[in-house]
Amino acid sequence: MSALKIKKGSTKHSAYNLRSDFSDVTETHTLAVLVDNEAGVLARVIGLFSGRGYNIDSLTVAEVDHTGHTSRITIVTTGTPQVIEQIKAQLGRIVPVHEVHDLTVEGASVERELALLKVAGLGDKRVEALRLADIFRANVVDSTLESFIFEITGTSEKIEAFAELMGPLGLVEVARTGVAALSRGQ
Amino acid sequence: MVVQALRDQGVDVVFGYPGGAVLPIYDEVFQQNDIRHVLVRHEQGAVHAAEGYARSTGKPGVVLVTSGPGATNAVTGITDALMDSIPLVVLSGQVPTFMIGTDAFQEADTVGITRACTKHNWLVKDTANLSGTIHEAFHVATTGRPGPVLIDIPKDVQFASATYTSPQKAKTSHYQPTVKGDMDAIKELVEAIEKAKKPIIYTGGGVINSGPAASLLLRELVDSSGFPVTSTLMGLGAYPGTGKNWLGMLGMHGLYEANMAMHDCDLMINIGARFDDRITGLVSAFSPNSKKAHIDIDPSSVNKVIRVDIPIIGDVGHVLEDILKIWKSRGRKTDKEALQSWWSKIEEWKKIDCLSFKQTGPVIKPQYALHRLEELTRDHDRYICTEVGQHQMWAAQYLTFDDPNRWMTSGGLGTMGYGLPASVGVQMAHPEALVINVAGEASWLMNMQEMGTAVQFRLPVKQFILNNERLGMVRQWQELLHGERYSQSWSEALPDFVKLAEAFGCKGIKVDNPDDLDEAIMEMLAYDGPVILDCLVEKHENCFPMIPSGEPHNKMLLGEATTKDAIGKSGAVLV
Ligand SMILES: Cc1ncc(C[n+]2csc(CCOP(=O)(O)OP(=O)(O)O)c2C)c(N)n1
Ligand SMILES: [Mg+2]
Repeated sequence: MSALKIKKGSTKHSAYNLRSDFSDVTETHTLAVLVDNEAGVLARVIGLFSGRGYNIDSLTVAEVDHTGHTSRITIVTTGTPQVIEQIKAQLGRIVPVHEVHDLTVEGASVERELALLKVAGLGDKRVEALRLADIFRANVVDSTLESFIFEITGTSEKIEAFAELMGPLGLVEVARTGVAALSRGQ
Repeated sequence: MVVQALRDQGVDVVFGYPGGAVLPIYDEVFQQNDIRHVLVRHEQGAVHAAEGYARSTGKPGVVLVTSGPGATNAVTGITDALMDSIPLVVLSGQVPTFMIGTDAFQEADTVGITRACTKHNWLVKDTANLSGTIHEAFHVATTGRPGPVLIDIPKDVQFASATYTSPQKAKTSHYQPTVKGDMDAIKELVEAIEKAKKPIIYTGGGVINSGPAASLLLRELVDSSGFPVTSTLMGLGAYPGTGKNWLGMLGMHGLYEANMAMHDCDLMINIGARFDDRITGLVSAFSPNSKKAHIDIDPSSVNKVIRVDIPIIGDVGHVLEDILKIWKSRGRKTDKEALQSWWSKIEEWKKIDCLSFKQTGPVIKPQYALHRLEELTRDHDRYICTEVGQHQMWAAQYLTFDDPNRWMTSGGLGTMGYGLPASVGVQMAHPEALVINVAGEASWLMNMQEMGTAVQFRLPVKQFILNNERLGMVRQWQELLHGERYSQSWSEALPDFVKLAEAFGCKGIKVDNPDDLDEAIMEMLAYDGPVILDCLVEKHENCFPMIPSGEPHNKMLLGEATTKDAIGKSGAVLV
């Protein structure tokens, strides 16, 4: 594609394959999709993924511009480079979709997810859970004599790691928001 | 309000069927004379008729149906239009807004059901947005890659009044796909054109959809470069079938020379086609040694199936114009010497004469029937529709299309029952023209009720039924791939088509002897009104050439048309 002089990572022409060839290796990408906040738009996006057999690892959506009625959908998906390019092109042709950004190839980006974890336990386990929470900078947002609810923010990997440690310490329930992401800089 | 908006969008015909949830719109239809309404006999028929109208005029087709069963009956047609990129605006009635979600009488989640088979759809909840939404719908249906859209209008929204927004005053849509191609990519393609030793141009429905100007530009490019050109089923007529560089259709039932040239080329220029599986066969063995360029308005079509070297996203007409401009400014160069030897190779493939057939004996061969139809109608102002099956492929092979918008067939979805209603739509748009539906008896029965529409609206459509008393295409696959176990592929208990025609109030003709065929066709043409011609043909004829699905091009079956030697030779070519 070098002859096309498309900036590496540009998604304006999302059909251009930016990699050297169609590899079979699956990659995980975080996509930011700006859409009109109209009825059914989320169903269109989800329907696209289920109808064409793509994966959704995580999906978040909320209105981000109240006057313009636009929402931002953040999708984490996995697939071969060819599939990822298809996903972007398919998203791009949904009529209420304004922009599709592949944060994974468009340069550095920041990704965060929030999770609430309920951990029940007594004695040493309870103390150990608090100590680990401190290391992970998780906050206690609710507490009873036998349980805590921790709030933790970070990358999905960090939340994974924390949840894994809480497992043997009495993890009861987890609620996660899914990933929100923004590209760095301008 | 609805009728006003349609009128302002230049609509002159609506295909529809009334019901409780659209009565206010039908009331509007009743009180005006600008827009004609064609009352079909089934909503699927309305959609296919609108497709025929759209395909043969380049204008969007308009459909009006009621809620619930009206809308669900339309779904097959809408899906057909989506697959073949046909611009349609479908208006459906819905139960009143305050009853949505209550399982009201004739309520269906139409917007939900059609989300996956429309380019876009809307549920209008406020009359103030109705006219604006209709204008937006026409814009979306006809802009970029065309397709069907649907507007679901609850009955209370139809009854309420609001100020009308004209198309000029409607808010401009943010949906504005790119039409100009990337100039660097176009230059790269021009360089490839100049250097190519074994080029081929492979065109698709996108050339037709781009408009007549695109077909003219294609002809200029083909004729001035001397490159061979082939086309998908959907693209027939963009380059004339009598043109000197025409190789015929490619793909599963395409011509030997077209498929071989695709396989052996060193430069493939795909113009408005989408590397469908009927074209590529086995993807991993598809044209292994060529540089591939792809011009398409839909970015998701590019690199979807086949990885291409020169992707150009834009409207075919615009891109062809730029290609020609740059190529001419650089002196219209091609490698003439290489082209000459490429053509001599192609001439060798042509000698196989893969479409040859012998009409012997007292039974009409379907190929012969189409050959005679072609001879006897060639000079007419002619539009051809088809159903789906062997007859469709034979029609594509044996009829000649010299102009775009003259060939209406269900390609992507392969919908049996498409052809008769489509012919109704075509004839509405072209009342003076000769409109023929080349049909199989089984497909034709699927929407035969539309014969009533043809009679009512005095549409002299000619139903040319190649009656093999078989689901021929299914039978062929069973013969070749399922050990000749003909499971459920017989057309049993067929009606007497002549009596059926009489029952509908039109003319019926039956022919079963090659000697009487010409006369029967002439009689069909001479009759001033709709005709059903029941042409009894050979029951076990197979459609060749054929690339069995999942096989590469070198597994092409040539049937009776070739000898053992030729197959050996073709195999050698492919090594
Ligand atoms: C609605 C629908 N159902 C089933 C099929 C599968 N199918 C493809 S061709 C065919 C047989 C068509 O028979 P006929 O119309 O008589 O045409 P012939 O092949 O005999 O020319 C069938 C059943 C289809 N394409 N569409
Ligand atoms: Mg048949």
